[in-house]
Amino acid sequence: MGQDAPAELDPVDYIQVTHDSYALLGYDAYRWADNTEEPPALVPPAKPLSESKVVLIASGGVYRVGDIGFTHKDDLTHREIASDVPSDELRVTHFAYDETSAKADINAVFPIDALRAMVDAGEVGSLADVGLTFMGGIYSQRRLGETLTPAIVDRVHELEADIALMVPV
Amino acid sequence: MCHQSVGLIARALEASGITTVTLTSAWSITQSANPPRALFSDFPLGNTAGPPNAPDVQIAIARAALDLAVSASEPGIIVPTEHQWPEPWKDEARELIDHRTPREATPQYERMSDMAAAIEKHGEELACPVC
Repeated sequence: MGQDAPAELDPVDYIQVTHDSYALLGYDAYRWADNTEEPPALVPPAKPLSESKVVLIASGGVYRVGDIGFTHKDDLTHREIASDVPSDELRVTHFAYDETSAKADINAVFPIDALRAMVDAGEVGSLADVGLTFMGGIYSQRRLGETLTPAIVDRVHELEADIALMVPV
Repeated sequence: MCHQSVGLIARALEASGITTVTLTSAWSITQSANPPRALFSDFPLGNTAGPPNAPDVQIAIARAALDLAVSASEPGIIVPTEHQWPEPWKDEARELIDHRTPREATPQYERMSDMAAAIEKHGEELACPVC
């Protein structure tokens, strides 16, 4: 079924907001991925967190100065951000969210400093050599599944990460 | 859309044997995409990992997420955090305003100097096909 939000939380229903916006504009309704009847796999971690290698994966269009930027039209490429990157060399480009926070502090969408602090404190074993970033405003679920998804899966295995921290916007 | 893409990639990663945890500020999209484990913060979009320049909150969210990664036993669980956004924001988020910018098919940059740096490193053809 997928888990309903607690009533008191009253989260903004972005599926409904998108539906109503598109209807006003005369667009066809977007068909969101619906896996509510398809439970996800659940892999228990192999090691305690303090011995685990974490890879940061973020969809906010994060790139490092010197990287080629993302296009805004179903860009299916990803960038690799060295985990020792100075935070002030990170930038964002995206067409569908308010980038004000990310431009003020990249950690709002790419919490690299938070993860480094946890490694320094011994809470997390280590970080993968790189984090993986892309521009997640991809309308075609088919092309996502054919191209970007397998590329990310392969890289995470090559990086020998134990846990992936996933950050959408 | 981002929340959907990330949720779908998280499912594929987990199916391949990797433990994942997904941050979210869009409950309904995450509920529908149904990644293995998610931590929900009730923030405006663009702050999934915590408010800017609030390292204590960012670390608390990362810690809660990774704790969930190693403790969750129920597939598809979504756990709310207790962090509150400091100002009212939901009424505006529910307004039917199309905030999207045109979907350019060429590489986009936050700053002009980033484009110059990319051209220097990768060449004009790749970094700026319409220069």
